[in-house]
Amino acid sequence: MPTISMTVNGNAVSADVDVRTLLVHFIRDNIGLTGTHVGCDTSQCGACVVHVGGKSVKSCTMLAVQAEGADVATIEGLASGDEMHPMQAAFKEHHGLQCGFCTPGMVMSAIDLVNNNPGADEATIREQLDGNICRCTGYHNIVKAIQDGASRMGG
Amino acid sequence: MNSFEYHRPGSVTDAAAAISGADDGKFLAGGQTLLAVMKLGLAAPSDLVDLGGIADLKGIQVKGGAVTIGAMTTHAEVNSSADVQGAIPALASLASVIGDRQVRNSGTLGGSLANNDPAADYPAAILALGATITTDKRQIAADDFIVGLFETALEEGEMITSVSFPQPSKAAYKKFKQPASRFALVGVFVAQTPDGVRVAVTGASSHAHRAEVLEEALGNDFSPSALDSVTIPADGLNSDIHASAEYRANLVKVMAIRAVEACG
Repeated sequence: MPTISMTVNGNAVSADVDVRTLLVHFIRDNIGLTGTHVGCDTSQCGACVVHVGGKSVKSCTMLAVQAEGADVATIEGLASGDEMHPMQAAFKEHHGLQCGFCTPGMVMSAIDLVNNNPGADEATIREQLDGNICRCTGYHNIVKAIQDGASRMGG
Repeated sequence: MNSFEYHRPGSVTDAAAAISGADDGKFLAGGQTLLAVMKLGLAAPSDLVDLGGIADLKGIQVKGGAVTIGAMTTHAEVNSSADVQGAIPALASLASVIGDRQVRNSGTLGGSLANNDPAADYPAAILALGATITTDKRQIAADDFIVGLFETALEEGEMITSVSFPQPSKAAYKKFKQPASRFALVGVFVAQTPDGVRVAVTGASSHAHRAEVLEEALGNDFSPSALDSVTIPADGLNSDIHASAEYRANLVKVMAIRAVEACG
């Protein structure tokens, strides 16, 4: 089993893994960060979205060995102590979650979306969010939260 | 997923050596199709040769009237490249409608072409633009590259290193998305090139193909109305739960008209 090392939320981590280990399972089972979810396991739903090298990816469709040496960010790394990331705060404020299962992936995708397109309008946000599915269909408040989160991140 | 030997070479030469030493090896590009089919047990390579660590396979260059894109360049990078947007805006735009944002951050040009899904977008682009595919062994014209259903001219162990797209005078790609998969139910790429009008269709049949009847009509008169009297036969087109062959045939014409309109 190869030993792989990467940075997760600023911390150097290392583990011996089977080469078949998906990044999402490495994060959940080896590192113990269970905020990143497995929904469909077929890269449709976006519950497993994390950032690798600053870009949002579906961690169920990436091998952990592919992330060797990479800088990985998960939902757990966003807050500074008790202070939520502006996008998390906006999701709370606008009730951008119902059951919460899709929320970590939604927030990680939303931050990447805003980083790439800070002035995105509502239509663009809806279109760019097509890789994340909310089975509660709570999209209206998710989109509102992202619009507010974008202005909070800019300000 | 079956187990495999994992290789992460740092150069094209080392990657070629790794694949030739493997029983039944496969190159791993962005993994957006290969890992999915491995999970389903539809592929079980003995070795995976990960191309993600080869810097030479990434990057975009505009030179001599062509845009050359490294095989491991992601769809997101093609979409956001000022060089591609400037030289071939239709290609940058095509890259923005592949999959979703996360797929575009991982999936690559070379991976998409080597896989040659019948409903993928890039096969239409290489055919319509008359691109040249460079591998570690040779250069292949787009018309010779696309062979059949998931079938290309690539030989066992042959690796795409870059693709060169000649700059057209006008081009546009219009795609009717299958809304769940975001693959093309039908996509049509229209280009005015030095060799005349080239039109390629994806999603409609077993593999992307040139549409001679549309090329002929547009070669005489490059305007949307030139396609009014054209009929696309449904024979041989795909028919499934998403769309009948007749529906796809009509979509080919509609998407072609919209693409010509978008050429301005």
